[in-house]
Amino acid sequence: MQLHTVWFVIVAVFWVGFFVLEGFDFGVGVLHRVIGRDETERRVAINTIGPWWDGNEVWLIVAGAAMFAAFPGWYATMFSALYLALVLVLLALFARGVSFEYRGKRESARWRAGWSWALAIGSALTPLLIGVGLGDLLHGLPINAQHNFTGNFFDLLTGYGLMTGVTLLTLCLLHGATFLALRTTGEIRDRARAAGRRIGVVAFVVNLAWVIWTLVVIGGGTLPEPTQIFGMFGVIFATVLAGTGYDGWAFAASAFAIAAAIGQMFISLYPDVMVSSTNHAFDLTVNNAAAGHYPLVVMTVVAVLVLPGVLLYQGWSFHVFHRRVTAPPT
Amino acid sequence: MANDLARWQFATTSIYHFFFVPVTIGLAFLVAILQTAWYRTGDPEHKRMTRFFGTLLLINVAIGVVTGLVQEFEFGMNWSIYSRYVGGVFGAPLAMEGLAAFFLESTFLGLWLFGWDRLPKRIHLACIWAVSIGSMLSAMFILIANSWMQHPVGYRIDKAGNAQLKNVWALFVNPTFVWGYAHVILASLITGCLVMLAVSAWHLRRRTHVEPFQRSAKVALIVLIPTIVIQMSVGNQLGVIEAHYQPMKIAAAEAQWTNCKPCSFSAFQIGGGANDKTPTEIIPIPHLLSILATGTWSGAVTGLNQLQSEYQAKYGPGNYVPDVFIQYWSIRVMAYLATAVLLLSLWGGWLIYRGRLHNSRIFLWLSIWAVVTPFLMNTAGWLLTESGRQPWIVQGLQKTAVANSPSVSATDIWISLSAFVLAYIVLAAADLGLMLRYSRRDLADADAEAAEAPAGAAPALTY
Repeated sequence: MQLHTVWFVIVAVFWVGFFVLEGFDFGVGVLHRVIGRDETERRVAINTIGPWWDGNEVWLIVAGAAMFAAFPGWYATMFSALYLALVLVLLALFARGVSFEYRGKRESARWRAGWSWALAIGSALTPLLIGVGLGDLLHGLPINAQHNFTGNFFDLLTGYGLMTGVTLLTLCLLHGATFLALRTTGEIRDRARAAGRRIGVVAFVVNLAWVIWTLVVIGGGTLPEPTQIFGMFGVIFATVLAGTGYDGWAFAASAFAIAAAIGQMFISLYPDVMVSSTNHAFDLTVNNAAAGHYPLVVMTVVAVLVLPGVLLYQGWSFHVFHRRVTAPPT
Repeated sequence: MANDLARWQFATTSIYHFFFVPVTIGLAFLVAILQTAWYRTGDPEHKRMTRFFGTLLLINVAIGVVTGLVQEFEFGMNWSIYSRYVGGVFGAPLAMEGLAAFFLESTFLGLWLFGWDRLPKRIHLACIWAVSIGSMLSAMFILIANSWMQHPVGYRIDKAGNAQLKNVWALFVNPTFVWGYAHVILASLITGCLVMLAVSAWHLRRRTHVEPFQRSAKVALIVLIPTIVIQMSVGNQLGVIEAHYQPMKIAAAEAQWTNCKPCSFSAFQIGGGANDKTPTEIIPIPHLLSILATGTWSGAVTGLNQLQSEYQAKYGPGNYVPDVFIQYWSIRVMAYLATAVLLLSLWGGWLIYRGRLHNSRIFLWLSIWAVVTPFLMNTAGWLLTESGRQPWIVQGLQKTAVANSPSVSATDIWISLSAFVLAYIVLAAADLGLMLRYSRRDLADADAEAAEAPAGAAPALTY
């Protein structure tokens, strides 16, 4: 396997890691207002992701930076093409990122409700918008021979892109619900389980429609890929298990479903990294968008040296706070 | 137009981001010291101070993290031509930053914040040190990337005309990086110390909790005194390095249009805008520019006029002189405020020695207001560095004027710039409000919040 293909896989792994981990943070961020009925319950919901959300978000930063380092052409074209969409993503990430630390810092009910809404809206918009962007990579955007985007903001709102965004949002909500059920007790857990069942049904329908649409977009065969079938089973298992008390397995299933969805997008994309709807000759590929051999070697060495340690200490931090979060005695 | 706006946006967002970065680096280090003191002595006062300043650190980190995301995305969003050209060199340190620094900083910050009652004391102490190291590593990789823009090393230009890394070690031993990184870390420590000193001074003036805040004021001053002394000579050496590789930058910092040997440094000047080559210089200090730019008593400094004609001969027609006004005043803001901070810190050291730190009301009053100086100096430093590189985005290789994204229109940037400015005003208001509120909080309130839950019961919710 050539080095730029290795790095395509690594970039895909970072995106998968980001959605598997930050995916439940997004879900919890939205659902904390629905599942938490009073202030204490909302705080319990937010504290289930408290120790981790920041570390989880680093997967996004690393995904972006890895694209910059390994595929400068991809990073340059994608980030400038998605310009206004990314501005919205950044505003959404401001809103939710700051709300964790600031929400509980004042007693005022208005202050808390304000940050609570910032958290919910930011958490919903981020996967939705990133989904639109990732869907556009596969669907194709107007890109010229110099690899510059030639469209405007509305060209980004492709039907397939929007469908991808909605799919990722529903998957994140399902993932958040199974996570909350796994991390809480009592009434909150019961509500999270019930929410998981209901969201799961919607996620199944949306995911099915998206899978079919993906097959149409990439053309070629009419048979779904194994990843897509596994992903659908992930959604089904998560939905069924959410209702039967197997919280850990339900969470594993929703994690699998979200990993399959993101993984499939990169599998469908390869060897392209960004499709040009103007002319396929202008497609960005792993070849024409990659950095030189030497920087890729350096990055590979760094990744091999550093990543195992990262996985180890991040895994350890999940272990340290494995106990369910409950409301303190009043 | 789009190019100018893209520059405005990058300057605005990075200056804003760098209000928070040095506070994070500086305070994380000082909080780690306080917690180490608690670990060593078991004195609960140290734990109170650790938690008190730890809260301020966390309020500040929240904004540092989200505004850092903007910087990461902005290269590709606004500077796609640049990103495509330099990604093979510049991308590597950014990716290393994510892998080696951000994961460390974020994961261990979560462990530290939520681990007070969960982790053994020793492990919990290691967590705050990991945060401190992570924040310093992060600055290291960014400075490696930035120094390459100031003085490109270890690269080749490939067939497609893009820069590709050729020797990664060259990035790490780039003199601009070595001295620039030292300068930034010391600046961050100074920022952290001045924040801690100001908060402590405010409480000492109120005469509540004299004992603990006197202790934190001492920690801040003891770190500050050597740091500011070293910083002034490191800053001086960085000037010599920059004068060597980017002579325009330092010649512009003295508005030195003609060649000179030896060269004097004017205390300040009247006039001296872009078209005014003969400003009225006030109080010229003999030999000082020679020392600053060359490190020797009577070193020669090439003036802007000669540099301009040399650059035109080398790179073709164009204006190669950076904004002289910004350069001239940036260096003076740093030099004068650093001197003021040095004097203040020496005064503080004297007061500690005499045991009168807590009741010198003038010193305490000045210490509170001194908190604005690091932010002015940090901003001036980046203005000197970044504006002084212009018209280049990568010195000698690519001009800023051709590096922005062709697909991003002026309208797009008007929208994004307004959105960022609005969001940043809201964030600044929230941050400042909370910082002031939590800085002025009584220690008793801080204790009540941190009260440990009875054994077996669920711990208090952190967020």
